[in-house]
Order: sequence, then C-alpha cells, then structure tokens
Amino acid sequence: MVAIKYRPMFGILMAIILSLNVQVYDTPNDDGTSITIKLPWQTGKYKSFSIYRGTTPTNLKLIQNFVVGETYKDRGLRPGGEYYYRIVAHTKDGKTEETKIIGPVKTIATWFNKNRLGILIAIIILGGLFVYFIEKARSGAELFIRKISGLEAIDDAVGRAAELGKPIVYIPGLLGINSIPTIASLSILRKVAKKAAEYEVDLIMPNADPMVMTTAQEVVKEAYLDAGRPDIYNPNNIYYLTSDQFGYTAGVDGILIREKPGAVFLQGYFYAESLILAETAHSIGAIQIAGTTSTTQLPFFVAACDYTLIGEEMLAASAYLSKDPVTLGSLKAEDYAKALIIIFLIVAILSKVIGFFDFTKLLIAK
Amino acid sequence: MRKEIPFLISALTALFAVLAFFIPHRPFGGLQQKMLVWYSVVTGVAMLIGVESLLNNHYKRIRRQENVLYSSFLILGFLITFVLGVYSIRKYGDAFAPNSPFMFIFNYAEVPLQSTMFALLAFFIASAAYRAMKIRTVEASLLLAAAVIVMLGRVPAGAQLWAGMPRLAEWIMEIPNLAAQRGILIGVALGSVGMSLRIILGIEKPYLR
Repeated sequence: MVAIKYRPMFGILMAIILSLNVQVYDTPNDDGTSITIKLPWQTGKYKSFSIYRGTTPTNLKLIQNFVVGETYKDRGLRPGGEYYYRIVAHTKDGKTEETKIIGPVKTIATWFNKNRLGILIAIIILGGLFVYFIEKARSGAELFIRKISGLEAIDDAVGRAAELGKPIVYIPGLLGINSIPTIASLSILRKVAKKAAEYEVDLIMPNADPMVMTTAQEVVKEAYLDAGRPDIYNPNNIYYLTSDQFGYTAGVDGILIREKPGAVFLQGYFYAESLILAETAHSIGAIQIAGTTSTTQLPFFVAACDYTLIGEEMLAASAYLSKDPVTLGSLKAEDYAKALIIIFLIVAILSKVIGFFDFTKLLIAK
Repeated sequence: MRKEIPFLISALTALFAVLAFFIPHRPFGGLQQKMLVWYSVVTGVAMLIGVESLLNNHYKRIRRQENVLYSSFLILGFLITFVLGVYSIRKYGDAFAPNSPFMFIFNYAEVPLQSTMFALLAFFIASAAYRAMKIRTVEASLLLAAAVIVMLGRVPAGAQLWAGMPRLAEWIMEIPNLAAQRGILIGVALGSVGMSLRIILGIEKPYLR
C-alpha cells in the first residue's frame, strides 16, 4: 500500500484547485463495473497522473501510475460498490499536486444503454417495415424486385461447367462463420450446390476456416438431399486448406490451375487476394461470379469477373433466388428503409446546416 | 426436432446477442464477450477437424497416386513445422521465441512465400486494368479517365504536368469515390440487418433442409 502524505498549507490549497478540475463519476450506461475519472489534461500543465482508490477514505491504494489523457476508466469494480479516490498530478516542471479525497462514488448498473436509443429506433422502424411487407407478400400482393444479372447467371455458369464436363470451384472468402458475408455466401452455396447436384457437376470448395468448412459440408449435403442426389455427395471435396491469407491464395490458385473448373464462384469477404484469385480463374477460361461486401475489393472483381454481386445484392441473393414471396417481402422492406435513410440524411444535413439540431448525436453508438 | 432444435439455438443466441447490445445490466452485460470466448473454444476444436480434413485429404490423394509430389510436400511440411513448434516450446518455452527453429521457418520460408504471392498482385492489377480500361463503353471511358487522373495525381510527374492534378485526384477519391462507397455500405448495413432478421425469424435457414 502506498500511503498518502498530507502536505502543509500550500499543498492543501493546490489540492482544492486540482479537485475543481477533476471529475469522478459512475460511468453512465454500463454494467456498473467502472468509474470514469476526467483529468485536467487539456490545461497542458500536467505530465501524468497517479490514481489512488479505496473502499474507505483511509485505505487508498495506488491503482494506476503515469496515466496520460483526458479520461481514465477504472474497470473491474463491484456493481453497487462505493469507492473513494485521490488523484496526484505530476506537473511538467517536476512538482506534484494532489486532490482531496473524492467520494464516495457509487457504481450503478443500468438496464438500458441510452447511447444506443437511435439504433433501437432504427431497428424498430426496419422491423416494422419487415413485418408490413412480409404480411403484404403473404396476402398475395405482387412485389417488384429488380433483376440481378449476377444471380440470374448462376444457372448458366453451372450448366456451362456441366457441358464442359468440368467441376465448379466455390471460394467462400477468408472470414469465419460469425461474419454476415460468410453466412450470405453459404446461402448462395446452397443454391449452387443444388444446381450442381441436378447437373451432376463436382463441387470443390477449399476453406480458410474450419468452422466454415464443417458448416459448408452440412449445407452442401442438405442441397444434394434436396436435389434427390445424396449418392453423389462427396464430403472430401469440401476441405480445409489454411487460415493464412496468401497460403490460401496459393493453394486455391493451384487448385484452379490443376482442376481447370468451368465456373468459379467467389462469394464472401475478400482482402488483397481477391484479384489474384479472380485473374487466375480468368486465365483458365472459367466463368466467374463474384460477390463481396468489401468496398475496397469490389473494383477488382468488377474489372476481372464476368458478374459481380455488389454489397447488398450478395446479402439479398438467397431471398432473390428462393422466389418465395415472404423472403422477397423482406427485400422490399430493405428498399423502403433505404429510401427512408436517404430522406433522413437530407433532413439531417439541412438541419445541421441551418443549425437546428445535430442528428449525429442520436446515431453514434458508444 | 431435427429442424426445431438448431433453429431454436440460432434464434435464441441471436436474441441474447441483441439484448446484450442494449442492456448493460447483468446477466446480459458481458454476454457478448462470453459468447466470443465460447466461439474461440469451438473454433479451437474445429481447427483440429480442419487439420484432420487437410491431412486426410492429401493422404487419400497419395494413395490414389494423384498429385503425389504436392501432397507429400504438404504433409512433410506440416510434420516438420509441427515437430519444430513442439521442440521450440520445450526448449524456449514459446514457439514464437526469436531464436527458435519454428521462428526460423516462419521468417525464412513462410514470410518470403507470402511476400512472393502478394507481389504477384502487381502483375494481376496490370492485366485486369488493361481489360477493364479498354474503351468500349462510356462507363469504361469514365473509369479510364478517373484512373489516369488518380494515378497521375499520386506521383510527382502529375504535379509537374499540371499543378492542380494532386488536388483533382484527391477530390475524385474524397467526393465521388467516397460517396459511392458510403452508398454501398448503407446498403450492406441494411442487407445485414435484413439477413439477420430473416435468420432470427427462421425465414432463412441455409443450414437446414
């Protein structure tokens, strides 16, 4: 334990001055396990701070030395607990100033994070649109969804591979099963695998993530069962290569060169390997259908592939291909949500320009 | 039950993740972190399945006399790296210790191989750009013009040709390019919410029949 020494008169005066600038309070909107200490960093007078904490005013212990920056979050506390603090500031000229004992500060666990109210409102509006359009679709209303040529080309690509007597290679990207583009990719895989089973085309799928591999094996197996051809399903065609980015790229390039597939599907989240894979597939004459939500890789796919699903088109693929009115209703809801966002953006920009209200305060999640 | 139980697991997991996002109070607060820990544990076990799949696949290929050289090289490489990793842990306490044989393989085999693959990108960019920028349509012409301005604006020669080139290149990147990217990202965010809702509500079940 580091004892706090009480200083003579001058020290006490400085302590009071420093206390005025230090704010210690329960961190709002948290699970009651932290206290925020706002330090007078902006004065430019101090080099660093030492923070002492205790559960009574007499048992303060040093918890953090050489703290720099405007705020310090004291984490790992007991919800509902009471804590006392003293801050010692180290000035740039080598002196120290310290506050009086601050507290008790009580930690409070909150039931709703008010900083996320804007997101909750957005989800409720989007959810409402979803329910409305799904019900509308169920009631038999015809919903127009624009044609997505990349998805229309799936049948042709699989058919072409079948005509050439060549396999299909499906590349699901580098991310794990917890990412939305990978889940969307597996939905597309289901449709591709069903078509491959119907045309009796081999489907090869090298994976960079073992969890994706096991899920993909299940998805393809179900698709072959759906097509009534479980006998031709080969789990050995869906295998793990490596999680290393360029190791995976080299491995897939090797497979493309050796197997010479008739169609290559690049569906998922890609990084710098996107163009290497797409160009190798182009060099062997395969038809390529790519799709990703990565805005940095989209230009490469657009330049190198025959068809590219851009961003949301990839996420909408499963609903689009199913032609089921209920799932198509959810796509229509997304379109209306997008229109609402555009209107909101225009209103928010005008509001900020004329100085009426800053809507970004509502939207930023902390 | 074959359909209901997997659906219940996915729906309840998603529901708890949503609740944990909005409710910091226990037991919801920190639930997302706990789920990530569980995910890491499951991924660790899945990695064993992945390695088994890789080795088994190549062992079968060797038995079928199919690409024997490549498959033998892979299995041999795996075994050497694995043995050296275990040896490094025993001798240095950590496979990633600076002087360990495992790090030797990493620094002098894996890193150069990765760099070689990455370097190929330069040639692929050139060939893809050649195809994309052949002036056949109005869009291709616009793409070519934008690419030329951005490329020239980022090298000293561009500023020598015209002093305003770097600013024009910056404008293309910061205004039209960023606006298009943000438009795509808004669509992706909405698509992600839509897809999540479809999975939570059981409308979309790619893993089930």
